Amino acid sequence: MKILYFAWVRERIGREAEEVEAPEEVRTVAELAAFLAARGEGYAEAFKEPRVVRAAIDRRHARPDAPIAGAREIAFFPPMTGG
Amino acid sequence: MPAAAPPDDRFTVRIQAEDFDTAAEVAALSAGRVDIGAVVTFSGLCRADDAGDSAPNGSRLVALTLEHYPGMAEEEIRRLVDEARARWPLLGATVIHRHGRIVPGENIVLVVTASPHRGAAFDAAAFLMDWLKTRAPFWKLEERAEARSWVAAKEADDAAAERWTAGTP
Repeated sequence: MKILYFAWVRERIGREAEEVEAPEEVRTVAELAAFLAARGEGYAEAFKEPRVVRAAIDRRHARPDAPIAGAREIAFFPPMTGG
Repeated sequence: MPAAAPPDDRFTVRIQAEDFDTAAEVAALSAGRVDIGAVVTFSGLCRADDAGDSAPNGSRLVALTLEHYPGMAEEEIRRLVDEARARWPLLGATVIHRHGRIVPGENIVLVVTASPHRGAAFDAAAFLMDWLKTRAPFWKLEERAEARSWVAAKEADDAAAERWTAGTP
């Protein structure tokens, strides 16, 4: 699946998008975040406070316990500050 | 005389880098209609001391750069407009949110709502702004003389969004 990163999540990881094949036991948004956090220093820094980082599945807001099966695009980003 | 547009044509969401003309947007929303009795407009501007309470050494804001999630930004605001239409008898709404680098004094966001009576237009505009701030995928990067920093989300914005929460989708 395609993973997107925005704002300081993007800066800490050092890329804005990548293709990721998550193992089968990674079933939820929170499990995917934990899996990504183990990929390196920047990732660990980005997901240091996992409850702060928000996610969207196929361009809709998703909670940490949302299942990721079948998702085409998952995004991780900080709390929003538009408006 | 052109025929009046069907109602759905009066609900517009645009994400754009360029500025917008508030008066022209208001005029477009109500042009050729006689059923609209109230139009409420909210404009959000870039303030020179934006987030000044968190500014290191009080240095002046030079610019904001708004990052967004292309695709989702428009889709999410459309969902908020749909939710507003489900709650209030709206005859039209226009939401425009800019992205990219914006300097103090420039427009950032526009919300225009139209309804037969003022109550719905006022409430729907406030609702759209409150939910937009906490749900639309935009992030502000502050540029000051000495540093660049991401604006932190405010608890006050979450509280403002939650006052509408009965019946959250």
